[in-house]
Amino acid sequence: MSNVIDDVSSGELPASVDEVERGPFDLEWREVTGKGGLVALAQVFIALAGMPVGLNSRMLIDPILSLGYLSLLWPTFILGWLVGKEAVLEGVAATKKGMRDVVAGAVVGAIGGFGLSLLILGIDAFNIRDPLVNWSPQTLELLTFNRGNGFGFVAWIVIGAAIGGLGGSLHVLPGRMPRALVTAIITVLSVAIFESFLVDVLDPLEFLYAPTGGLTVVWAAILAVISFAAVMLGAGDRIGAARSAYRDQTGPARARTTAVLIGLTALALVIIPIFTGKITQELLANIGIFLLLALGLNVVVGLAGILDLGYVAFFAVGGYTTAVLTSANRGDAWPSWVPTLSGPGGWLIALGVTILMAALTGLFIGAPVIRMRGDYLAIVTLGFGEIIRILFLSDWLNGYFNGAQGITNIPPADFGVTEVKGTDPRSVFYLVMVFAIISIYTSWRLERSRLGRAWMAIREDESVAEAMGINTVNIKLMAFVVGAVLASFAGAIFSAKVGSIFPTSFLILVSIIILVIVIVGGMGNIVGVIVGSVVLVGVLGGPKQPGLLQEFSQYKLLIYGALLIWMMLQRPEGLVPNVRRSRELHLEEFLQDAWLRDQVDADEEGRAAEAGAVAPAGGGA
Amino acid sequence: MTVAVRIRGAGRTNIDRFLTLMRVLLLGLLAIGLVAFIAQQLAPDNPFAQLTHDGETAQRLSWPQYRGLIMTGLSQGAMYGLIALGYSMVYGVLGFINFAHGEVFMVGAFTGFIMSNKFDEAGWWEAGLFIPAIIITIIACTLVSMATAIIMERVAYRPLRGSPRLIPLITSIGVSFFIQNAVILLFGPGAKGYPPNPEWLERVIPALGVEVKKLLVIVFAAISMAGLWYFVERTKTGKAMRAVAEDKEIAALMGINVDRTIVTTFAVGGAMAGIAGILWGILFRSVIATTGFLPGIKAFTAAVVGGVGNLGGAMAGGVALGSAEALAPLMVLEPLGVDGVSQLRDAVAFLLLILVLLIKPTGLFGERLSAEDRA
Repeated sequence: MSNVIDDVSSGELPASVDEVERGPFDLEWREVTGKGGLVALAQVFIALAGMPVGLNSRMLIDPILSLGYLSLLWPTFILGWLVGKEAVLEGVAATKKGMRDVVAGAVVGAIGGFGLSLLILGIDAFNIRDPLVNWSPQTLELLTFNRGNGFGFVAWIVIGAAIGGLGGSLHVLPGRMPRALVTAIITVLSVAIFESFLVDVLDPLEFLYAPTGGLTVVWAAILAVISFAAVMLGAGDRIGAARSAYRDQTGPARARTTAVLIGLTALALVIIPIFTGKITQELLANIGIFLLLALGLNVVVGLAGILDLGYVAFFAVGGYTTAVLTSANRGDAWPSWVPTLSGPGGWLIALGVTILMAALTGLFIGAPVIRMRGDYLAIVTLGFGEIIRILFLSDWLNGYFNGAQGITNIPPADFGVTEVKGTDPRSVFYLVMVFAIISIYTSWRLERSRLGRAWMAIREDESVAEAMGINTVNIKLMAFVVGAVLASFAGAIFSAKVGSIFPTSFLILVSIIILVIVIVGGMGNIVGVIVGSVVLVGVLGGPKQPGLLQEFSQYKLLIYGALLIWMMLQRPEGLVPNVRRSRELHLEEFLQDAWLRDQVDADEEGRAAEAGAVAPAGGGA
Repeated sequence: MTVAVRIRGAGRTNIDRFLTLMRVLLLGLLAIGLVAFIAQQLAPDNPFAQLTHDGETAQRLSWPQYRGLIMTGLSQGAMYGLIALGYSMVYGVLGFINFAHGEVFMVGAFTGFIMSNKFDEAGWWEAGLFIPAIIITIIACTLVSMATAIIMERVAYRPLRGSPRLIPLITSIGVSFFIQNAVILLFGPGAKGYPPNPEWLERVIPALGVEVKKLLVIVFAAISMAGLWYFVERTKTGKAMRAVAEDKEIAALMGINVDRTIVTTFAVGGAMAGIAGILWGILFRSVIATTGFLPGIKAFTAAVVGGVGNLGGAMAGGVALGSAEALAPLMVLEPLGVDGVSQLRDAVAFLLLILVLLIKPTGLFGERLSAEDRA
């Protein structure tokens, strides 16, 4: 059974034997024009959303490619590749890969480029800048490469065809070439994108980059050649072999390897911030705070399957409780028995109270919603999230929380030996790390406990779980409470880090971004959540915190939205899937594949029928 | 999704007790607030009012104030109702909350902003040509919102049919986020102003004490609702929609094109949201990319209050929610001694949602869902 699942997750079936050969221009025109139109639409949208102009100042390869042009070109490459991709069904003759795929890619790219060409003519002829802010001379200038409309018109078609053809050629290139090509592209782009981070960690690396930013052409070429050669010489295979060797290990041996890997990662995380500048430390601290939040939401959404859209409420409660208990500048309506904690350990005592408050809030919000249908629960928790923010903002409780002015002058977290404060992001990062380790360990242990198994049972089918004797109400409430406590850690650290908190730090937006992190990373998988927060918060940035791509700040929310849609459509189990969860989501495909390969024996058929019967009732099948 | 059978008295858990406590508490506060309000109107210096107002005399509402509040509530509620129809229909047919429906409304309001400004530049809006201008604008808003809803269904929801219920909900959150930010990037982040309304729209009708535009909104919503009712209950397409809502598979067996019917549902819901969008523009004369979020959530609340899947209920729920939002801060919260009640309007809407779900989860007029969605 396990090999079947592996196949489902990699999405591949053994190549079929029969292949039909077709001429290079014998294309599926409907599909090609459709994909081409899609590229054209995407490019025109990106151009009108202002990405090329806004991102043009960030060079990737000086002076050839800027981030702005990259934002226009990636759809061509991806769809040029996708158009030649064909689902190979068992028993159905596949088309032989050949020039045809390159031509299809090129046509898709050319059609896409034609869209931009039309946009050039449009901007030149009409002026509708009134509603569309980017229908501007700057956009036109960028699209025509400053060389006249005719040049731009032709250039985009040619560039589109070239890049689309390159994408299509991935199907044709022999052996390791496609992988080497993609690796080379990704290496060059990521070294260029991570410029500020790399230089910050290792100053001497500056020789790679041009003074105005971006890789120099020479170094870009050298990097491309090195990575290309490395893959061609079999580096990829060796990594793959090492990975499968690790997977094949069992028992104590595997545990030992895992421990070594975790140890190395931890060591790296302790050492890296020592050498980096403030910006990178700040970034790491932000990633850590969002990691804490995402770990908490992962328990609620990933393990227990409760879609909590008001998760930010617990973050807010955590932040405000700590602020009230430590700041001298809190509202003046507090009775005198609520102390202002200061001095060594004050923050830790405040943290204790914060945890208690968060747990109580979790109970209070959780109890009324716990019996509701999953989707009602989502909206009602969202309502609670808003209510809590509105209350912090209101004049009514102004005496306690200072309304929109927020609570300021929150002292740093004082531990006697050392102080954790916002001006020293490294200390914040180490503090966050400590709590992240606590959270990771807790959720890892919980996942394997009786409680965790009960959560997963509820996630997969609540009625069956209840029939098996699980007290669903209490168990779900526990998920709320655990999630709330983990979020309150983040809140407590956040308020000590920033030094002042306002209701605007706790918008619903924050909940949604944490949700995207959990979903993109992989619901129910701790490694996935770590990957999600590093990739998303690290590269794009949090709701207000900048990431590595600081130029992206305007566009990151759009990208978060698009990512969420794309993930749900293509890969609902996330980048690093939880095995059980992905089996749940792909049950139908999994059964179909097994059936196609005639691998369903009587026993499995019985099991499958059972699984089918209890599968959650969505719309009609 | 719980199917547990609970026998009266048996198996009462702490949660049940807590929920009962919350119900009693919420209803109790509501009752005390109302009683205190009435007492305050009759005798502004009664002891309770003095207690809650720190010894100051409580204010009394005059009749025009009531009238103004009620009319504001009704016109807002009519808009919520129009948006709620889309939520309700989609939930009835597909069984998921289309979180992005608020954005469909926002797109309608944005189209209205663009069209009205173009008409204003051409000199139509404030002058005598207002009527044809507004008719064209309404048609445009309806069409654009409809198109948004249809594209949304095609791109984001159709591939997910048959997946677990929360998956399309999460997707729709992504769609909502995407549309919101796409509008910000395409049209700029600031608030967009509608041109000033013609003078006669802002005039106050003496007998009702309300501006013509508010009345217009209510009338328009009523007409749209009547049209929708006719469409759903009297036409063949409407019948198909009801059949698909009842049971997709059987409907397909009866020769109904399920895909097309679902698209129609989205289109009709989108059209209603588009009308609500232009009405919003005329009423508030300003639209911003986040305009859709709160009205969207509140409209969903309205749909739940009226009973999901129940079209009359959605409209009634909208009116109920609008009125509650306008009246409750002054009639319930203020007498209880809460300061700055107008800030708490949004909280009132959410509290109403929680209250209804705690006390009558099927809504005031009953849900109309297929058997599998009810589970």
